[in-house]
Amino acid sequence: MKRIGLKIAIMAILASAAPSWAGESPAVRNCTWCHGTGAQGYTVAPRLAGQRPQYIMSQIRSFREHARDNPFSKQYMWSAVAALDPHTARDLAEYFATIPAKAANDGDRTLASRGRTIYLEGIPEANIVSCYACHGPNAEGVRDIPRLGGLAYFYLKGRLEQWGQGYHSGTESPMPMVASHLGPDEIEALASYLSFVK
Amino acid sequence: MKAAGLRLTLLTAALALGFSVSGHAQDMVVHAKGGLEAKLEYCKTCHGLSGQGYLGYFPMPRLAGQQPEYIEAQLRAFIERRRTNPIMFNVAHVLSPSIMTALATHFRGLNPRPFGGAPRGSIAAGKRIYEEGLPESNVPACSACHGTEGKGQNEIPRLAGQVYAYTVGQLTGWKTERGQGSAVDTSAIMAPTAHNLTRSQVEAVAAYVSYLQ
Repeated sequence: MKRIGLKIAIMAILASAAPSWAGESPAVRNCTWCHGTGAQGYTVAPRLAGQRPQYIMSQIRSFREHARDNPFSKQYMWSAVAALDPHTARDLAEYFATIPAKAANDGDRTLASRGRTIYLEGIPEANIVSCYACHGPNAEGVRDIPRLGGLAYFYLKGRLEQWGQGYHSGTESPMPMVASHLGPDEIEALASYLSFVK
Repeated sequence: MKAAGLRLTLLTAALALGFSVSGHAQDMVVHAKGGLEAKLEYCKTCHGLSGQGYLGYFPMPRLAGQQPEYIEAQLRAFIERRRTNPIMFNVAHVLSPSIMTALATHFRGLNPRPFGGAPRGSIAAGKRIYEEGLPESNVPACSACHGTEGKGQNEIPRLAGQVYAYTVGQLTGWKTERGQGSAVDTSAIMAPTAHNLTRSQVEAVAAYVSYLQ
Protein backbone atom coordinates (compact mmCIF):
# COMPACT_ATOMS: atom_id res chain seq x y z
CA MET A 1 0.00 0.00 0.00
CA LYS A 2 2.73 2.36 1.00
CA ARG A 3 4.77 1.35 -2.04
CA ILE A 4 1.92 2.14 -4.41
CA GLY A 5 1.53 5.51 -2.75
CA LEU A 6 5.18 6.29 -3.35
CA LYS A 7 4.95 5.16 -6.95
CA ILE A 8 1.99 7.44 -7.53
CA ALA A 9 3.80 10.30 -5.89
CA ILE A 10 6.79 9.80 -8.18
CA MET A 11 4.57 9.55 -11.23
CA ALA A 12 2.76 12.72 -10.18
CA ILE A 13 6.08 14.56 -9.90
CA LEU A 14 7.14 13.32 -13.32
CA ALA A 15 3.78 14.28 -14.79
CA SER A 16 3.98 17.78 -13.35
CA ALA A 17 7.35 18.23 -15.04
CA ALA A 18 6.00 17.00 -18.35
CA PRO A 19 4.34 20.18 -19.64
CA SER A 20 7.68 21.95 -20.12
CA TRP A 21 8.78 19.06 -22.33
CA ALA A 22 5.52 18.89 -24.21
CA GLY A 23 6.18 18.60 -27.89
CA GLU A 24 9.92 18.25 -27.37
CA SER A 25 11.56 15.28 -29.03
CA PRO A 26 14.36 13.47 -27.20
CA ALA A 27 16.86 15.22 -29.48
CA VAL A 28 15.46 18.63 -28.57
CA ARG A 29 15.40 17.70 -24.89
CA ASN A 30 19.07 16.77 -25.05
CA CYS A 31 19.77 20.39 -26.06
CA THR A 32 17.37 22.08 -23.67
CA TRP A 33 18.81 20.31 -20.63
CA CYS A 34 21.54 22.93 -20.83
CA HIS A 35 20.16 25.56 -23.21
CA GLY A 36 17.18 26.17 -20.98
CA THR A 37 13.43 25.78 -21.04
CA GLY A 38 12.14 26.61 -24.50
CA ALA A 39 15.81 26.87 -25.58
CA GLN A 40 15.90 30.38 -24.11
CA GLY A 41 19.41 29.93 -22.77
CA TYR A 42 20.62 29.13 -19.27
CA THR A 43 23.74 30.46 -17.54
CA VAL A 44 26.68 29.74 -19.88
CA ALA A 45 24.61 28.01 -22.56
CA PRO A 46 23.31 30.59 -25.05
CA ARG A 47 19.73 30.93 -26.24
CA LEU A 48 19.03 28.87 -29.34
CA ALA A 49 15.46 30.12 -29.72
CA GLY A 50 15.20 32.47 -32.68
CA GLN A 51 18.79 31.82 -33.72
CA ARG A 52 19.57 31.65 -37.46
CA PRO A 53 19.40 27.99 -38.54
CA GLN A 54 22.45 28.30 -40.81
CA TYR A 55 24.42 29.69 -37.90
CA ILE A 56 23.39 26.85 -35.58
CA MET A 57 24.39 24.32 -38.23
CA SER A 58 27.75 25.98 -38.87
CA GLN A 59 28.50 25.99 -35.14
CA ILE A 60 27.51 22.34 -34.71
CA ARG A 61 29.89 21.56 -37.55
CA SER A 62 32.67 23.56 -35.95
CA PHE A 63 32.16 21.76 -32.61
CA ARG A 64 32.27 18.42 -34.38
CA GLU A 65 35.48 19.39 -36.16
CA HIS A 66 36.87 20.78 -32.89
CA ALA A 67 37.39 24.12 -34.60
CA ARG A 68 35.40 26.23 -32.13
CA ASP A 69 37.73 25.84 -29.22
CA ASN A 70 36.84 28.14 -26.32
CA PRO A 71 36.74 26.35 -22.93
CA PHE A 72 32.95 25.81 -22.65
CA SER A 73 32.73 24.64 -26.25
CA LYS A 74 35.50 22.14 -25.63
CA GLN A 75 34.10 21.05 -22.30
CA TYR A 76 30.46 20.62 -23.33
CA MET A 77 29.76 20.97 -27.02
CA TRP A 78 32.48 18.81 -28.55
CA SER A 79 31.03 15.70 -26.94
CA ALA A 80 27.42 16.93 -27.14
CA VAL A 81 27.46 16.97 -30.95
CA ALA A 82 29.78 14.00 -31.48
CA ALA A 83 26.93 11.60 -32.18
CA LEU A 84 24.69 14.12 -33.94
CA ASP A 85 24.16 13.29 -37.61
CA PRO A 86 23.86 16.20 -40.08
CA HIS A 87 20.21 15.45 -40.78
CA THR A 88 19.22 15.74 -37.10
CA ALA A 89 21.42 18.81 -36.76
CA ARG A 90 19.46 20.50 -39.53
CA ASP A 91 16.11 19.53 -38.02
CA LEU A 92 17.17 20.89 -34.64
CA ALA A 93 18.47 24.13 -36.13
CA GLU A 94 15.24 24.68 -38.04
CA TYR A 95 13.14 23.86 -35.00
CA PHE A 96 14.98 26.25 -32.66
CA ALA A 97 14.80 29.03 -35.23
CA THR A 98 10.99 28.91 -35.10
CA ILE A 99 10.82 29.57 -31.33
CA PRO A 100 10.42 33.30 -30.61
CA ALA A 101 13.41 34.68 -28.70
CA LYS A 102 12.99 36.41 -25.35
CA ALA A 103 15.51 39.12 -24.48
CA ALA A 104 17.80 38.29 -21.55
CA ASN A 105 17.65 41.91 -20.29
CA ASP A 106 20.57 41.25 -17.95
CA GLY A 107 23.10 43.87 -19.02
CA ASP A 108 23.93 47.19 -17.38
CA ARG A 109 21.18 49.60 -18.42
CA THR A 110 23.38 52.63 -17.94
CA LEU A 111 25.74 51.33 -20.66
CA ALA A 112 23.04 50.44 -23.18
CA SER A 113 22.95 53.73 -25.08
CA ARG A 114 26.74 53.77 -25.46
CA GLY A 115 26.53 50.19 -26.67
CA ARG A 116 23.83 51.09 -29.16
CA THR A 117 25.99 53.86 -30.63
CA ILE A 118 28.92 51.48 -31.06
CA TYR A 119 26.61 48.83 -32.53
CA LEU A 120 25.21 51.21 -35.14
CA GLU A 121 28.18 53.44 -35.93
CA GLY A 122 31.28 51.67 -34.72
CA ILE A 123 34.08 54.00 -33.66
CA PRO A 124 35.68 54.90 -36.98
CA GLU A 125 38.52 56.87 -35.34
CA ALA A 126 39.54 53.69 -33.50
CA ASN A 127 38.93 51.41 -36.50
CA ILE A 128 36.02 49.72 -34.74
CA VAL A 129 33.52 48.63 -37.36
CA SER A 130 29.75 48.96 -37.13
CA CYS A 131 28.14 45.71 -35.97
CA TYR A 132 24.96 46.70 -37.75
CA ALA A 133 26.53 46.21 -41.20
CA CYS A 134 26.61 42.44 -40.73
CA HIS A 135 24.25 41.63 -37.85
CA GLY A 136 21.40 43.85 -39.08
CA PRO A 137 19.46 46.83 -37.74
CA ASN A 138 17.84 44.83 -34.95
CA ALA A 139 20.75 42.45 -34.31
CA GLU A 140 18.63 39.73 -35.89
CA GLY A 141 21.44 38.22 -37.96
CA VAL A 142 21.10 36.72 -41.43
CA ARG A 143 22.13 33.39 -43.01
CA ASP A 144 25.10 32.12 -40.98
CA ILE A 145 25.60 35.47 -39.25
CA PRO A 146 24.12 35.02 -35.78
CA ARG A 147 21.30 36.86 -34.06
CA LEU A 148 22.84 38.78 -31.17
CA GLY A 149 19.76 40.59 -29.95
CA GLY A 150 18.62 39.43 -26.53
CA LEU A 151 21.48 37.00 -25.86
CA ALA A 152 22.72 36.96 -22.28
CA TYR A 153 25.23 39.62 -21.22
CA PHE A 154 27.61 37.01 -19.82
CA TYR A 155 27.62 35.02 -23.04
CA LEU A 156 28.07 38.05 -25.33
CA LYS A 157 30.87 39.45 -23.20
CA GLY A 158 32.62 36.09 -23.08
CA ARG A 159 32.45 35.58 -26.83
CA LEU A 160 33.74 39.06 -27.60
CA GLU A 161 36.64 38.53 -25.19
CA GLN A 162 37.47 35.08 -26.51
CA TRP A 163 38.24 36.27 -30.01
CA GLY A 164 40.75 38.68 -28.56
CA GLN A 165 42.25 35.83 -26.52
CA GLY A 166 43.00 33.80 -29.63
CA TYR A 167 40.18 31.24 -29.57
CA HIS A 168 38.71 30.21 -32.90
CA SER A 169 35.20 29.99 -34.26
CA GLY A 170 35.82 27.56 -37.07
CA THR A 171 34.25 29.67 -39.77
CA GLU A 172 35.77 32.26 -42.04
CA SER A 173 34.57 34.96 -39.74
CA PRO A 174 35.88 38.51 -39.61
CA MET A 175 35.14 38.48 -35.87
CA PRO A 176 38.71 37.95 -34.63
CA MET A 177 39.67 41.11 -36.49
CA VAL A 178 36.60 42.99 -35.27
CA ALA A 179 37.06 42.01 -31.63
CA SER A 180 40.79 42.74 -31.54
CA HIS A 181 39.95 46.46 -31.63
CA LEU A 182 37.41 46.33 -28.80
CA GLY A 183 38.51 47.34 -25.32
CA PRO A 184 36.85 46.09 -22.09
CA ASP A 185 34.60 49.18 -21.89
CA GLU A 186 33.33 48.73 -25.43
CA ILE A 187 32.71 45.03 -24.86
CA GLU A 188 30.68 45.73 -21.72
CA ALA A 189 28.67 48.42 -23.46
CA LEU A 190 27.91 46.21 -26.48
CA ALA A 191 27.02 43.16 -24.40
CA SER A 192 24.77 45.29 -22.22
CA TYR A 193 22.96 46.89 -25.14
CA LEU A 194 22.47 43.63 -27.00
CA SER A 195 21.03 41.86 -23.96
CA PHE A 196 18.05 44.25 -24.15
CA VAL A 197 17.40 44.02 -27.88
CA LYS A 198 14.16 42.23 -28.73
CA MET B 1 48.96 80.93 3.19
CA LYS B 2 46.86 82.30 0.40
CA ALA B 3 49.92 82.69 -1.83
CA ALA B 4 50.95 79.10 -1.16
CA GLY B 5 47.46 77.95 -2.06
CA LEU B 6 47.57 79.89 -5.30
CA ARG B 7 50.99 78.55 -6.14
CA LEU B 8 49.77 75.00 -5.58
CA THR B 9 46.79 75.63 -7.82
CA LEU B 10 48.99 77.02 -10.59
CA LEU B 11 51.43 74.16 -10.25
CA THR B 12 48.60 71.63 -10.48
CA ALA B 13 47.21 73.40 -13.52
CA ALA B 14 50.62 73.46 -15.19
CA LEU B 15 51.14 69.77 -14.48
CA ALA B 16 47.71 68.89 -15.79
CA LEU B 17 48.38 70.88 -18.96
CA GLY B 18 51.74 69.19 -19.38
CA PHE B 19 50.21 65.76 -19.07
CA SER B 20 47.37 66.50 -21.44
CA VAL B 21 49.77 67.82 -24.08
CA SER B 22 52.08 64.82 -23.85
CA GLY B 23 49.07 62.50 -23.87
CA HIS B 24 47.84 64.13 -27.05
CA ALA B 25 51.26 63.88 -28.68
CA GLN B 26 51.36 60.18 -27.82
CA ASP B 27 47.95 59.65 -29.42
CA MET B 28 49.17 61.27 -32.59
CA VAL B 29 52.24 59.04 -32.77
CA VAL B 30 50.11 55.92 -32.27
CA HIS B 31 47.67 57.18 -34.85
CA ALA B 32 50.38 57.81 -37.44
CA LYS B 33 52.05 54.43 -36.85
CA GLY B 34 48.79 52.46 -36.94
CA GLY B 35 47.55 54.74 -39.72
CA LEU B 36 47.24 53.12 -43.12
CA GLU B 37 47.72 49.46 -42.13
CA ALA B 38 45.11 49.64 -39.38
CA LYS B 39 42.68 51.47 -41.63
CA LEU B 40 43.11 48.91 -44.40
CA GLU B 41 42.38 46.11 -41.96
CA TYR B 42 39.30 48.05 -40.87
CA CYS B 43 38.04 48.33 -44.48
CA LYS B 44 38.71 44.65 -45.12
CA THR B 45 36.74 43.57 -42.07
CA CYS B 46 33.61 44.28 -44.07
CA HIS B 47 34.80 44.37 -47.68
CA GLY B 48 36.59 41.02 -47.51
CA LEU B 49 40.13 40.10 -46.50
CA SER B 50 41.33 40.60 -50.09
CA GLY B 51 38.81 43.30 -50.90
CA GLN B 52 36.72 40.77 -52.85
CA GLY B 53 33.49 41.90 -51.17
CA TYR B 54 31.38 40.16 -48.54
CA LEU B 55 27.80 39.41 -47.64
CA GLY B 56 26.84 40.78 -44.25
CA TYR B 57 23.33 41.89 -43.45
CA PHE B 58 23.99 44.21 -46.37
CA PRO B 59 26.11 43.26 -49.37
CA MET B 60 29.56 44.88 -49.15
CA PRO B 61 30.96 45.72 -52.55
CA ARG B 62 34.23 44.47 -53.96
CA LEU B 63 36.90 47.15 -53.75
CA ALA B 64 39.71 45.07 -55.25
CA GLY B 65 40.86 46.40 -58.60
CA GLN B 66 38.46 49.30 -58.32
CA GLN B 67 39.29 52.61 -60.01
CA PRO B 68 40.93 54.86 -57.38
CA GLU B 69 39.13 57.95 -58.65
CA TYR B 70 35.82 56.19 -58.28
CA ILE B 71 36.58 55.10 -54.71
CA GLU B 72 37.60 58.62 -53.73
CA ALA B 73 34.56 60.15 -55.43
CA GLN B 74 32.25 57.78 -53.58
CA LEU B 75 33.89 58.42 -50.21
CA ARG B 76 33.30 62.14 -50.77
CA ALA B 77 29.71 61.43 -51.82
CA PHE B 78 29.12 59.55 -48.55
CA ILE B 79 30.53 62.45 -46.54
CA GLU B 80 28.45 65.02 -48.42
CA ARG B 81 25.39 62.77 -48.19
CA ARG B 82 24.93 62.68 -51.94
CA ARG B 83 25.08 58.94 -51.51
CA THR B 84 22.88 57.95 -48.62
CA ASN B 85 24.47 55.34 -46.40
CA PRO B 86 24.73 55.90 -42.64
CA ILE B 87 27.40 53.24 -42.17
CA MET B 88 29.65 54.59 -44.89
CA PHE B 89 29.08 58.16 -43.75
CA ASN B 90 30.54 57.22 -40.37
CA VAL B 91 33.39 55.36 -41.98
CA ALA B 92 34.28 58.10 -44.45
CA HIS B 93 33.93 61.28 -42.46
CA VAL B 94 37.05 60.60 -40.38
CA LEU B 95 39.27 59.91 -43.41
CA SER B 96 41.75 62.57 -44.50
CA PRO B 97 42.16 63.17 -48.24
CA SER B 98 45.64 61.65 -48.15
CA ILE B 99 44.50 58.43 -46.46
CA MET B 100 41.61 58.19 -48.95
CA THR B 101 44.12 58.28 -51.77
CA ALA B 102 46.34 55.72 -50.06
CA LEU B 103 43.41 53.34 -49.47
CA ALA B 104 42.16 53.70 -53.03
CA THR B 105 45.65 53.05 -54.40
CA HIS B 106 46.02 49.93 -52.27
CA PHE B 107 42.71 48.42 -53.37
CA ARG B 108 43.57 49.18 -56.99
CA GLY B 109 46.46 46.72 -56.68
CA LEU B 110 44.45 43.75 -55.37
CA ASN B 111 43.18 41.06 -57.71
CA PRO B 112 41.40 38.23 -55.86
CA ARG B 113 38.98 35.86 -57.57
CA PRO B 114 35.39 37.11 -57.79
CA PHE B 115 33.25 36.59 -54.69
CA GLY B 116 30.90 34.38 -56.72
CA GLY B 117 27.57 32.90 -55.75
CA ALA B 118 25.40 34.52 -58.43
CA PRO B 119 22.79 32.42 -60.25
CA ARG B 120 24.24 31.21 -63.53
CA GLY B 121 21.05 30.79 -65.54
CA SER B 122 20.91 34.30 -67.00
CA ILE B 123 24.61 34.95 -67.62
CA ALA B 124 24.21 34.75 -71.41
CA ALA B 125 21.30 37.21 -71.37
CA GLY B 126 23.35 39.48 -69.11
CA LYS B 127 26.31 39.37 -71.46
CA ARG B 128 24.09 40.45 -74.35
CA ILE B 129 22.68 43.41 -72.40
CA TYR B 130 26.16 44.31 -71.19
CA GLU B 131 27.65 44.31 -74.69
CA GLU B 132 24.75 45.47 -76.83
CA GLY B 133 22.35 47.28 -74.52
CA LEU B 134 18.59 47.21 -75.04
CA PRO B 135 17.98 49.65 -77.90
CA GLU B 136 14.18 49.24 -77.66
CA SER B 137 14.28 50.33 -73.98
CA ASN B 138 16.87 53.08 -74.44
CA VAL B 139 19.42 51.17 -72.42
CA PRO B 140 22.92 51.76 -73.77
CA ALA B 141 25.52 49.01 -73.76
CA CYS B 142 27.20 48.92 -70.34
CA SER B 143 30.49 48.18 -72.09
CA ALA B 144 30.41 51.60 -73.78
CA CYS B 145 31.45 53.25 -70.50
CA HIS B 146 32.54 50.41 -68.21
CA GLY B 147 34.69 48.77 -70.92
CA THR B 148 34.30 45.40 -72.60
CA GLU B 149 36.08 43.70 -69.70
CA GLY B 150 34.20 45.69 -67.09
CA LYS B 151 37.31 47.32 -65.68
CA GLY B 152 35.94 50.89 -65.73
CA GLN B 153 38.08 54.01 -66.00
CA ASN B 154 38.65 57.09 -63.85
CA GLU B 155 35.37 57.88 -62.10
CA ILE B 156 33.55 55.08 -63.94
CA PRO B 157 33.66 52.02 -61.72
CA ARG B 158 34.99 48.57 -62.39
CA LEU B 159 32.09 46.11 -62.45
CA ALA B 160 34.13 42.96 -63.05
CA GLY B 161 33.78 40.59 -60.13
CA GLN B 162 31.36 42.84 -58.28
CA VAL B 163 29.23 41.11 -55.65
CA TYR B 164 25.94 40.10 -57.29
CA ALA B 165 23.60 41.19 -54.49
CA TYR B 166 25.35 44.56 -54.33
CA THR B 167 24.93 45.30 -58.05
CA VAL B 168 21.30 44.20 -57.97
CA GLY B 169 20.66 46.42 -54.95
CA GLN B 170 22.26 49.48 -56.53
CA LEU B 171 20.55 49.11 -59.90
CA THR B 172 17.12 48.46 -58.43
CA GLY B 173 17.34 51.27 -55.88
CA TRP B 174 19.36 53.83 -57.79
CA LYS B 175 17.09 56.76 -57.07
CA THR B 176 17.19 56.28 -53.31
CA GLU B 177 20.82 55.22 -52.99
CA ARG B 178 22.75 57.21 -55.52
CA GLY B 179 23.15 60.41 -57.44
CA GLN B 180 21.41 62.70 -54.97
CA GLY B 181 23.23 65.77 -56.29
CA SER B 182 23.15 65.30 -60.03
CA ALA B 183 25.17 68.42 -60.79
CA VAL B 184 28.35 67.01 -59.27
CA ASP B 185 27.73 63.28 -59.54
CA THR B 186 28.95 61.37 -62.53
CA SER B 187 26.80 58.53 -61.27
CA ALA B 188 23.59 60.50 -61.92
CA ILE B 189 23.97 59.36 -65.52
CA MET B 190 22.97 55.89 -64.32
CA ALA B 191 19.53 56.98 -63.09
CA PRO B 192 17.67 56.79 -66.42
CA THR B 193 19.69 53.72 -67.46
CA ALA B 194 18.87 51.81 -64.30
CA HIS B 195 15.27 52.97 -64.45
CA ASN B 196 14.72 51.34 -67.85
CA LEU B 197 15.98 47.92 -66.80
CA THR B 198 13.48 45.37 -65.52
CA ARG B 199 14.28 43.37 -62.40
CA SER B 200 15.20 40.28 -64.38
CA GLN B 201 17.41 42.31 -66.74
CA VAL B 202 19.17 43.82 -63.72
CA GLU B 203 19.73 40.35 -62.30
CA ALA B 204 21.09 39.08 -65.61
CA VAL B 205 23.61 41.91 -65.97
CA ALA B 206 24.63 41.67 -62.29
CA ALA B 207 25.21 37.93 -62.63
CA TYR B 208 27.26 38.37 -65.80
CA VAL B 209 29.59 41.03 -64.40
CA SER B 210 29.96 39.18 -61.08
CA TYR B 211 31.85 36.41 -62.86
CA LEU B 212 34.11 38.67 -64.95
CA GLN B 213 37.68 38.33 -63.74
